[in-house]
Amino acid sequence: MDSGIKIKSENVDFFYGKTQALKNINLDIYKNQVTAIIGPSGCGKSTFIRLLNRMNELVPNTALSGKIYLDGMDIFDPFVDAVEIRRQVGMVFQKPNPFPKSIFDNISYGLKVNGIKDRSFIEEKVEWSLKKAALWLEVKDRLCDSALKLSGGQQQRLCIARSLAVESKVILFDEPCASLDPISTAKIEELITELKKEYTIVIVTHNMQQAARVSDYTAFFLMGELIEFGKTQDIFTKPKDPKTEAYITGRFG
Amino acid sequence: MKEKLYKWIFTVLAFTSLIFLIGIVIVLFKEALPIFQKVKLLEFILGKAWYPTYSTPEFGILPLILASIWVTFGAILVCVPLGVGSALYLHELAGYKQRAILKPLIELLASIPSVVYGFFGMVILTPLLQILFHLPTGLTALNASLVLGVMAIPTVCSFADDALNYVPKSFREASFAVGANRWQTLTQVVIPAAGSGISTAIILGMSRAIGETMTVLMVAGGAAVIPHSFLEPVRPMTAAIAAEMGEAPMGGLHYHALFAIALILFLTTFVFNIIAEIISRRFRIKLGLSG
Repeated sequence: MDSGIKIKSENVDFFYGKTQALKNINLDIYKNQVTAIIGPSGCGKSTFIRLLNRMNELVPNTALSGKIYLDGMDIFDPFVDAVEIRRQVGMVFQKPNPFPKSIFDNISYGLKVNGIKDRSFIEEKVEWSLKKAALWLEVKDRLCDSALKLSGGQQQRLCIARSLAVESKVILFDEPCASLDPISTAKIEELITELKKEYTIVIVTHNMQQAARVSDYTAFFLMGELIEFGKTQDIFTKPKDPKTEAYITGRFG
Repeated sequence: MKEKLYKWIFTVLAFTSLIFLIGIVIVLFKEALPIFQKVKLLEFILGKAWYPTYSTPEFGILPLILASIWVTFGAILVCVPLGVGSALYLHELAGYKQRAILKPLIELLASIPSVVYGFFGMVILTPLLQILFHLPTGLTALNASLVLGVMAIPTVCSFADDALNYVPKSFREASFAVGANRWQTLTQVVIPAAGSGISTAIILGMSRAIGETMTVLMVAGGAAVIPHSFLEPVRPMTAAIAAEMGEAPMGGLHYHALFAIALILFLTTFVFNIIAEIISRRFRIKLGLSG
């Protein structure tokens, strides 16, 4: 496998009951790059990234075939622990979802469930991840306050920090800015650009300008199929498939 | 015009229950207060002897209060593990199909008339307890606790299950996404988030147990003495009212004393319900749902 590839999806089919949500997806996600997944509602883009950290397993009555490799390891191998995959592949959701706990506990939770008990290590790690998520200056004096008191944008950065704390290598963003105002959105985008130096990022977005702004690679999904994948610049300036062109020029979606 | 009429009709309907409530409270106070002209409030509540029909009657309801507390406490020991346990099972482990069958069945427990529960206690539990613990009678606080506990299971289970369902799915997802397993997610995220909702369920279960009458009348044994163990017959407040109201001459001291007991019961369940309401409101706010 090419050393630049972090995640590789091979012939992936996915079913909700009898409905096929993904059809034969072959897609490479490159290390330290931002890959955007775009497409209209119901095209399977969220379904796809939820496979990458095995979150699909929380939904009953689904079926998967094909392989997904993380650093060359088959993540659906029966001997692979889903918990380990989720620690390596973090996820930030559409709606900020901090726990109803303090800011500090929101971050330390991931460390504690992974068996870390050393208090000073946890404190360092909380500070480190809040700094990485560009939230430290705003919350350092009120770490014991409830996370629900933060604004939507701050909550979303807290969720990013939560993922960073457990030393995820890949971070999946499932429409992270869908419920945020433009200023908070700009901050998250800035953060994504900053984070890609050390992390591999996959972002699902409805917003094509956002895909164009933050991503290096773009995948266009339509009705469960991967229509086109390539460098973002190419997808947006000279799409090969007429369907991609129709979508990015706003003729449907 | 027509619209005004409808509005008026529904306003009257809505306020009717309020009128009943106020009416009941007024009657309770009016009929209860005369007893306190003869017996001091503290003597009434802390008095150890309940001999309302003696020639020099004594109106100390401590034995009745303690009986209610014992029986309710015993019922809690039964209904909390069973009710909360089944709610956790329904929520976490039962599949969709099992849940669709189990939940209505558990709720069906609530629709069995209390006299049937009492009957069950008398016919099955009473001889069983008598043999098991070598007792002179099986009609005891333990018997009442067991039956009341079972009766309160649907209340506890149903409200606890609702509380668990109120916990947004996103909390669970967030927990799984940082690498927590199912058990950690349940114990460290879902249950704490549902905690106050579960305590509401327990309080409502308690208030169900403390107010229950027919069952305790049938199986608690009826002795108005201060209980020293679960294996003695007791006479909870509700049973005292139900058993004695028929023979208490109207307007007499005994009659007023029974009303005073009813007033105390009413205030107790009232406080329970208010506490439950406050907790569940906080709970909804904590989860970011509308207060």
